[in-house]
Amino acid sequence: MYNTGKVIVGIIVFIIFFTIPFWLNLGKVKALPKPELPKDETKCVEDTDYMRAYHMQLLHEWRTRKIRKMQVYYMNHEGKLYIMSLQRTCMKCHTSKEKFCDRCHQVVVTHPDCWRCHIAPEEVKK
Amino acid sequence: MNLIFSIVVVLLLILVPLIGVGVLGLTSLFSIYIPYLAFSIFFFGLIYRIIDWARSPQPFKIPTTCGQQKSLPWIKHSRLESPASSWEVYLRMFFEVFLFRSLFRNLRADFDGKRLIYGSAKWLWLGAILFHVSFLIILLRHLRFFVYPVPEWIKILDFVDSFFQIGLPPIYLTDLLILAGLTFLFLRRLIDPKVNYLTHASDYFPLLLIIGIATTGVLMRLFFKPDIYAIKELAHGLATFNPTLPKGKISLLFYIHFFLVCTLAAYFPFSKLVHMVGVFFSPTRNMANDNRMRRHVNPWDYPVKYTTYCEWQEKFRDVMEEAGIPIDEDWCKEAQKQA
Repeated sequence: MYNTGKVIVGIIVFIIFFTIPFWLNLGKVKALPKPELPKDETKCVEDTDYMRAYHMQLLHEWRTRKIRKMQVYYMNHEGKLYIMSLQRTCMKCHTSKEKFCDRCHQVVVTHPDCWRCHIAPEEVKK
Repeated sequence: MNLIFSIVVVLLLILVPLIGVGVLGLTSLFSIYIPYLAFSIFFFGLIYRIIDWARSPQPFKIPTTCGQQKSLPWIKHSRLESPASSWEVYLRMFFEVFLFRSLFRNLRADFDGKRLIYGSAKWLWLGAILFHVSFLIILLRHLRFFVYPVPEWIKILDFVDSFFQIGLPPIYLTDLLILAGLTFLFLRRLIDPKVNYLTHASDYFPLLLIIGIATTGVLMRLFFKPDIYAIKELAHGLATFNPTLPKGKISLLFYIHFFLVCTLAAYFPFSKLVHMVGVFFSPTRNMANDNRMRRHVNPWDYPVKYTTYCEWQEKFRDVMEEAGIPIDEDWCKEAQKQA
């Protein structure tokens, strides 16, 4: 092999670069934190799969309908009515922002801007 | 024909996870075994490539230059265009690898009436840099799925990339840019007859494959959202070598995206995509133009068996003496001493 020193440095850089996820995880927590689900309620506004993937769109739709169209109620697929409100409907069951919202959002890195205007339940208590 | 072949192959590749996961339900095969297999092929294949190239002898010193080489002190030396030291070669390689400097000099030949003229053609450079830089940022951004806790710099990268907050969740700028770059690189091969003539299936296929990966990614981000918490569980498990199938349901679109990425990784060492490694091994780029200062010995050279004058003289001494040819005694002794 020619230029052995340089080639070996190159191979090491290549391996380290493409195994970054392994190195960044090394010595860190094994299990991802799970969001705390409400104990006395088993059904969300829509079904769980939909909520998990599309809750941001639902909240976005609620905001538009409530603030721009002055509507109050949201009817889900089963025909049940909900008041469109993050603080009064969602957070009534999911009582903690830290233990519910943040747990997932910090794991998958999203930048929701709900709480720039809304006040988290934890802060209300303070 | 090349194009149709490539399209068919990519479509078949999309069908594989559709049938494998959607119909047969082989979730663990497609989310654990195939990814590990594909990435081992990627790693060992590329390391094999590196070692194979590093073992190839370099018979001649052939750097491409387009500037004044290092010469007399009062002649200005063009350091980047004709590097004379290793340091200048590193600098030149840096600009080559990160900014595609030689591509920036791309020219286009055309006829102006009967006169042949050359003009600058920067579009290829622009498309290439858009594609490559976006690809790198997208790759780094994907660390958010593999790492927990997510380092601050990935969060910042993610935030900056979705800075304009268009759509919900906000669309990434690099997603738009990579699609723009890929579209240009693809259309270039379709529209320009000269490039089209030179395009093989092995050029269309990786382009279409990457277009497929980018498209499925954007679709997941904007339209058909999967359960990303479950995806993070899977990816984090894979990265920590502790793979587990998440409990949440992951959509088929994700499996298509993931399988295409695995295909890309496994295909990498056997395709033109190894230019990622090859650029460092291009003799026209990685050699210093110091032919006049340092002798480049061809590694192919082997010790040649030859006869010196003194050995020859020894062999024919009798005949030479008979014919009266003078014998060079002293000079041969001195030559032997020196040797």
